[in-house]
Parts: sequence; structure tokens; C-alpha cells
Amino acid sequence: MAQGFLVFVENRNGRIRKGSLEALAAARRLADALGRTVDAVIVGDEAAADQAARFGAHRLFRVAPADVFESRDGVVELLAGLVRQESPAWVVASATAAGKDCLPALAARFERSVIQDATEISVEGGELLVKRPIYAGKAFEVVKPAGALAFLTLRPNVFPAVEAPAPATVVAHAAAVDPQRIRTRVAEVRETAGGKVELTEAAIVVSGGRGIKGAEHFPLIEQLAAALGGAAGASRAVVDAGWVDHHHQVGQTGKTVSPTLYVAVGISGAIQHLAGMSSSKYIVAVNKDPDAPIFKVADYGIVGDLFKIVPLLVEEVTKLKA
Amino acid sequence: MKIGVCIKKVPDTETRIKIAPDGRQVSLDGVSFIISPYDEFAIEAALQLKETAGQGEVVVIAVGDEETGKVMRSALAMGADRAVLVTDPAVVETEPYDVARILAAVARKEGVELLLFGKQGVGQDYQQVPALTAEVLGWPAAAVVVKLEVAGGELTATREIEGGEEVDRLSLPAVVSAQKGLNTPRYASLKGIMAAKKKSIEPLTLAALGQAPLAQRSWEVVRLEMPPARPAGRLIDGEPEDQVKQLVELLHTEAKVI
Ligand SMILES: Cc1cc2nc3c(=O)[nH]c(=O)nc-3n(C[C@H](O)[C@H](O)[C@H](O)COP(=O)(O)OP(=O)(O)OC[C@H]3O[C@@H](n4cnc5c(N)ncnc54)[C@H](O)[C@@H]3O)c2cc1C
Ligand SMILES: Cc1cc2nc3c(=O)[nH]c(=O)nc-3n(C[C@H](O)[C@H](O)[C@H](O)COP(=O)(O)OP(=O)(O)OC[C@H]3O[C@@H](n4cnc5c(N)ncnc54)[C@H](O)[C@@H]3O)c2cc1C
Repeated sequence: MAQGFLVFVENRNGRIRKGSLEALAAARRLADALGRTVDAVIVGDEAAADQAARFGAHRLFRVAPADVFESRDGVVELLAGLVRQESPAWVVASATAAGKDCLPALAARFERSVIQDATEISVEGGELLVKRPIYAGKAFEVVKPAGALAFLTLRPNVFPAVEAPAPATVVAHAAAVDPQRIRTRVAEVRETAGGKVELTEAAIVVSGGRGIKGAEHFPLIEQLAAALGGAAGASRAVVDAGWVDHHHQVGQTGKTVSPTLYVAVGISGAIQHLAGMSSSKYIVAVNKDPDAPIFKVADYGIVGDLFKIVPLLVEEVTKLKA
Repeated sequence: MKIGVCIKKVPDTETRIKIAPDGRQVSLDGVSFIISPYDEFAIEAALQLKETAGQGEVVVIAVGDEETGKVMRSALAMGADRAVLVTDPAVVETEPYDVARILAAVARKEGVELLLFGKQGVGQDYQQVPALTAEVLGWPAAAVVVKLEVAGGELTATREIEGGEEVDRLSLPAVVSAQKGLNTPRYASLKGIMAAKKKSIEPLTLAALGQAPLAQRSWEVVRLEMPPARPAGRLIDGEPEDQVKQLVELLHTEAKVI
């Protein structure tokens, strides 16, 4: 059989990362166009495997949970074994914290670099063309993987997660990882978001800037985000002032987000902020200064006082959703 | 403890990116360069570890060109002790794996026990040199770290992950990549700037490291593109109540996003 894809499906405590499902569906679309197949691997129980199996793989290797797979090194060992066994042409993961860390470690074993954070992949003349942002999206580079083995991560929230006509065949895979190979040990995992939507995975993001004037007003941003069912972000000015922690920062030196709706409140639109959000599908800006650069990228703009506009917005959105 | 900090020269974040006439590179004419912002957190972490221990050495390491040497001065001005710059005509457009291979060779030659990085070079944004280097060295690694403690040859590193944090334990020697939040990088003092002038930037060639240049082989750049222009937006006029009603209506019926 022609060499195909190997997709790493990330599963944290029975919660499969949305980005992994997107990666599976993307791999399937490409495999269909190329006449290749999709293999995937998941560490998890049968229920998790059955869920993942719906999203595009032809064959899904299920590995029973074990302590070694809590560590990045265990995951890398597992993937390296499968790459040797199955000789895929493309190894794919979502560009999550784990994906962006494990794929380079894996690629290094094959003396390769990783095409990180792809935002578009097409097939041209039987080969993949991969587009990825550089300079945080101020430009894009289009590359063609070279050689017989390529490693790719796909930016979350960009590719659609669509189910395939038929589920994958789930195959039990016994991966014996020598505990001696575990160099980084995970002592603890803490959830800090308290079940809130993760910024990079959110369909709607509402961000506050210096215009909110103080930490005591950040709840305004959070209320609007909650009303819209989205996540709250911030400009660097807000993070550096200590009004919210740095996990919230959107921009060139923060998170890059591409939600379907981005609402910028009291944000001027500095080039470094734009870099992190200008690939959003729709952008709304609320700012009292009609000349603020944020209006240049906004689809809908309101010139006004955020302290008047945002509470009204929360009310109106809540009414709409009721 | 001897700490290595790998730093990358990147265009100032204010830079408006232009594509060069060949369509495959970014035009860097007239651009001013800085240390990649995340690398500053790594330098600060190294200096603090040295200060806390009351001993040790901080060596900044880069693969680059003459211009890289200039930004290395700012790291020396912050307080790094020495700088090692690998320059070679063969490494200008080197892919991340090769950069990692070279950095690993320098780390071995220098005998560093902790090798720090920024989590990402703010430019090409490849986000992988730290993990690649760790693997070449066979050292434990922690990426995107917001808190770092060293005690008795063991590191405790808190990493940022989606919706939370992961606490890792690693034994030295190890690789760590820094994320914003790890610390607040210091500004170079006048004294530091003067002292930096006397510190050396040691040039190193691939041959001296016993490394041969490798050809670019993981991918080929087909072209660069600018982001698609956004269609002209619409300003919504009126009293606040009307503005908000119109906006919600547009988002609901025209954009169909809520
Ligand atoms: C190396 C480097 C990296 C950087 N990385 C990032 C990054 O990743 N992300 C980022 O965001 N920035 C980044 N910056 C900072 C960036 O240059 C800007 O300083 C920052 O984005 C400004 O944040 P702001 O828009 O919230 O604040 P300001 O620019 O101060 O804008 C505040 C806005 O609020 C409006 N306003 C005030 N009051 C009201 C009101 N009552 N109602 C409505 N509007 C109001 C004002 O008109 C103004 O437009 C970086 C800078 C550097 C040098
Ligand atoms: C086709 C092509 C075009 C290229 N064009 C450019 C270009 O225009 N400008 C340019 O500067 N480079 C260019 N390079 C080189 C490329 O940037 C290197 O592969 C680079 O080392 C990886 O960059 P990064 O910062 O994106 O890596 P990342 O993995 O994002 O970097 C993470 C961290 O690794 C460390 N690090 C990364 N690179 C170095 C280094 N060279 N020395 C020391 N520490 C480092 C830093 O701590 C950095 O914060 C090009 C390479 C190729 C293959």
C-alpha cells in the first residue's frame, strides 16, 4: 500500500483535543486527493478511541493508558516506534502545546525539521503545498515538504473537523516504552482556566485593551465573552499592567487566534496586536477614537465609549440568545 | 553552574514585512534587529540563577551573521559573561534541525549544564529549535516554561499548556524554553553597557566544531505571500443603543456568527 499519513490524536483524561479531530479530518481530505491512507494513534480507553475513529482515519492504533505516556518522552517513543513500523510519508499532529513540543523531538530522531503551525494545505501535482504564517501572520510562507518523510503540525481552529463516511478500524497497539527513556517527568497538571474555553480553540474571542482603564473593569470583557460563549483575551498593555495574567495576551508575542469572531474593546490596534488576530473571520472594534488603527481591519466598528457600549452589548446578546 | 542561552536575531517587532523581489524571502533592507523577545526571558532566567547561586557563568550562543554579533552585545550588556557566535556562509538559510545540531555541538564543547532558549523566534516562528536541540543532545526538555527552580541538580519547570499548567521534573543537564511570565527582563545598565564593550564575542566555524553543513532538506520554499487584504469595514453610527442593536443584528443575520 502506498505510504500515507500518521496522525497523533491527543487525549487528556478522555477529552480529545478538538485540534486532533481537525488534523484527522484534514489528513483524510488530503489522503483522498492523493489516493493514500490515514493511520492514527491514540492513547486512551475504548470510548475515546471510538470517538476519534469517526473523524477520518482508516486505521486507528489504540494504546492503553500508562504512566509513561504522561511524559512527552513516552509519546515520542511511541510515535518513533510507529514511524519505523509503518513508514508513513507524513506525520501530523495538531499544533497544541504537546504537538508543537513532541513533533520536533520526534523529527530530530529522523534528522528532520517540522513544518509547524500550518494554516492551509493543498495538493498540487501529487504533492502537498503547505502554507504557514511567519512574523506572526504578517506574511505567509508556502512550502513543499521534501524527502520521503515529513512532519507537520496544524494550527488549531483553522481546519474543519468533519466526520468521515465510515469509522476507522481500531487496532490494539502494544507499545512497550522503556521507563529508562523517560527524561522529563510530569509531577502535576493544574487546570487554571476552570473549564473556560481555551483562547486558541475558541470560536469567539473578546479582548480588552488599555481602554478598560483598570483590572476592576476586566470582568466587563469576561461578561461579554461569556454572553457570546467565547473566551476573553487582552492586549499586551493590559497584561503588562498586571490587570490579567499573560495567558490572555493576544499578539505577536502572545497567542495567535483565528476565531470566527474577534471583538477588540479599547484596543488601538498596534502592529504587534494585529499580527495575533487579523486572520479572524470577522472583527468587531469598539473604540472611542475614530482614527484608531484597529478600525482598518474591522468588519464592523463602533466609535464610542466602551463603558456604555459593552454593557448594552451584553444585554442585547443575552436577549438574542434567550 | 555553566548556563548557555541560545539567542536569535530577529527584525524589530514594529517592522512592516515586505517580500523580496525573488518572492521567496522577506526583504530585510533597512530593518533593525533585536534579540527575539522570548530569548530575553531566557537571559534573565540565566542571570537570576547565577546570582542566586552566587557563582557560575552565563554564555550566550548564536548561529548567525555579523549583525547577530551586534544584538549579542545587548545580551552581554544585560550581564551575560561571554558570547559564542557560529558564523559560516553555509548556515545563513539553515533549517531548524541543522541550527539545533550546531547549537548542540556548542553546548557540548562549552560543557554547559543548562541550555536555555526562547520558546519561539519571533520571525520565522519555527517553534522547534529547543526541542530539536534537546533530542540531539539526548537531554530532558521542558518547553514554554513560566516558572523555573533549580535545586540539587534537579529542575522544576512549570509549563504553559492549554487551559492550565504542567509541572515537570528534569535532571541536569537539561533544555528549557522560556515563555512570557517567567520573569521581567532587566534593562542593561550604563555600567553593563560599558562592561559589554570589553567582553569578547568568540567566533566559531562549523569546521572548528567538527560539523559539516547540511543541505536544506525538510522542505523547499515555493513562495511567500502577504495576508489577503481585508474588505473595507463598516462604521455603525447612532446613539449607543442603536449602534449596539445594529451590530448584534449584523452579526446575527449578515455575518451569521452569533
Ligand atoms: C517587542 C514587542 C512585542 C509586543 N507584543 C505585543 C503583543 O503580543 N500583543 C499586543 O497586544 N501588543 C504587543 N506589543 C505592544 C503594542 O505595541 C501596543 O503597545 C499594545 O498593543 C497597546 O495595547 P492597547 O491597544 O491595549 O493600548 P493603547 O494603544 O493604549 O490603546 C488603548 C485604546 O483604547 C481606546 N480607549 C480608551 N478609553 C476608551 C473608552 N472609554 N472606550 C473605548 N475606547 C477607549 C483608545 O482610544 C485607544 O485606542 C508589543 C510591543 C513590543 C515592543
Ligand atoms: C528557507 C529558509 C529561509 C530562512 N530565512 C531566514 C531569515 O530570513 N532570517 C533568519 O534569521 N533566519 C532565516 N532562516 C533560518 C531559520 O530562521 C533558522 O532555521 C532558525 O534558526 C530557526 O528560527 P526560529 O527562530 O524560527 O526557530 P524557533 O524554533 O522558533 O526558535 C526558538 C528558539 O531557539 C533559539 N534559536 C533559534 N535559532 C537560533 C540561532 N540561529 N542561534 C541561536 N539560537 C537560536 C532561540 O532561543 C529561539 O528563541 C531561514 C531558514 C530557511 C530554511
